Amino acid sequence: MKFAFFPGCVSRGGCPELYPSAVAVARKVGLELEELTGASCTGAGVLQESNPFLGDCLNARTFAMAERLGLPILTICSTCQGVMSQAHVRLRDEAYRERVNGVLAEEGLSYRGQAQAKHLLWVLVEDIGLERVKAMVVRPLRGLRVAPFYGCYLVRPSKVLGYDERPERLRALERLIEALGAEPVDFPGKTRCCGFPILTINEGNAVAMVAQHTLDAKERGADAMVTPCPLCHLNLDGYQVKAMGRVKERIDLPILHLPQLVGLALGIDPKTLRLGRHLISAAPVLERLGPVAVKGV
Amino acid sequence: MRVTLKVRRYNPEAPHPRPYWQEYSLEVEQSATVLDALLRIREEVDESLALRCSCRSAICGSCAMRINGQATLACKTRLAAVAGQDGVLTVEPMGNLPVVKDLVVDMAPHWQKVRAVEAWLQPTGPEPEGEYLVPNEAMLHLAEVMNCIMCGACVSDCTVLEVDPTFLGPAALAKAYRFVADPRDGATKERLGKYTAPGGVWDCTRCFACVEVCPKGVAPMERIMALRERAIAAGYTDTYGARHTLAFAELVEHSGRLDELRLPLKTFGYTNVPQLVGLLPVAVRALARRKAPSPFHKPIPGVAAFRRTVRRARQASPTAGKQATGGSR
Repeated sequence: MKFAFFPGCVSRGGCPELYPSAVAVARKVGLELEELTGASCTGAGVLQESNPFLGDCLNARTFAMAERLGLPILTICSTCQGVMSQAHVRLRDEAYRERVNGVLAEEGLSYRGQAQAKHLLWVLVEDIGLERVKAMVVRPLRGLRVAPFYGCYLVRPSKVLGYDERPERLRALERLIEALGAEPVDFPGKTRCCGFPILTINEGNAVAMVAQHTLDAKERGADAMVTPCPLCHLNLDGYQVKAMGRVKERIDLPILHLPQLVGLALGIDPKTLRLGRHLISAAPVLERLGPVAVKGV
Repeated sequence: MRVTLKVRRYNPEAPHPRPYWQEYSLEVEQSATVLDALLRIREEVDESLALRCSCRSAICGSCAMRINGQATLACKTRLAAVAGQDGVLTVEPMGNLPVVKDLVVDMAPHWQKVRAVEAWLQPTGPEPEGEYLVPNEAMLHLAEVMNCIMCGACVSDCTVLEVDPTFLGPAALAKAYRFVADPRDGATKERLGKYTAPGGVWDCTRCFACVEVCPKGVAPMERIMALRERAIAAGYTDTYGARHTLAFAELVEHSGRLDELRLPLKTFGYTNVPQLVGLLPVAVRALARRKAPSPFHKPIPGVAAFRRTVRRARQASPTAGKQATGGSR
């Protein structure tokens, strides 16, 4: 299975541990990746606040590049996926697409409306299939209780993200956690907002959201939280210390990127997964999994 | 079809009031709505169950409540669509509003915010003899936002209101947009100034929860985004929110990728010492773990051509350098 790989800015920026772990997992599960090195940022919904048309042009540009390769796009970020899905729906309108193509002509590109973008989570669950993932597990994550945290842009708007056609996406993360041998921990915050988008605007509210979700998951017995969104990771991991200060309680809940959790179960070395890069130590997760996992960190 | 409604109940007059779950099982028609079932429970099983409803046609907005954890209108929701394979569904009062009794919440905070955005027309100039007349086309783009029935579903599920009750919230801000974008209104500039204050448009996390639950297609978050865009176009750029989006766009337009190190610096301003010092503890911890972007930010290959594309997009943009002229985003 071959994909046009769109790693996004943060997997090589604020979360440099995500890119290598995602590539390692892709290789392990047999995905062939051709990176879209010339593609730009999606705009993350932020650029769109001041210029939505420019945002659609940037994403159409990426879609045109993938179309040229004849490959579906693989994303590893809920936000990239959501913003692309939203642009994809708007660009179905032929007249609008032609206006955007007028801009893309500058670089000799044109988008025909055929691109497909898919998050690694959906590829693992839908294209590879959980039975095959299960069969690839060499180190079942037995005894590990993991709280899923989807990231808003991978769940809403559900119509834009294909939930009507694929209602099973609703529990994709929980089912993947189970397939890896771990136990999913249900908590109300799993599809709520992590607060990252307002971090520079209203840090108090952003940190309050971190506190609420991590504490909630912890109180329900989670040993770790897993997220397919690196922006959620930046807040849930990066600002958890501030959140603890706010609620005056010890939380220390390790936040894992999706490919890190998958990688551990597939026997990828924790060092390759860069598990030592988090602000909240992931060591308790490795300790729980036993000596094989700890080796190499 | 047999269904079981797990209803979240609360009686303030109980000796020790606290919320609890109560289950009601009943036989219903395949076409029955959640409201049909609740009314039957109240009429035939348990007359103490409190709920609000009126039109039963998704017009009055009285019966908003959380069904399976998500706010919606009980009259618009068919049981067959929400009952699990075991026939069970949960019914709770709306979130983010104080519960009065069972499924009835106090809507006062919601109304107070609708008043706070001055959700009424403020025309300028001499009063016409008859009505304020506008061409039909000038109002068409407001059709969706005027569909709002003030049910409060968006308020219930807003992720910001969960942590900060002072946020104006999706319903009031959608209403605010409705007047900003009304060609008859004359207070646009003052309104935008007010809506960009703390607790206003920039406090929204863009989480899409309001868009997801709105039963009338108002898409409140999209209206908040349109207000942001109009506020920037009107010159309200000296807020962290506006500075953040403008800095983000500038950085991406320059190198094709986001320069994450420069984004907070540009947002806060290079001389904004207190804010920059505030970033230090997290920055130091991140650097110690090497969880940080490279200080040498690399542009995407072919960035010169990319920048030409951006320039062309800016020229072709409907909002290029001027205020948007309405239109649903």
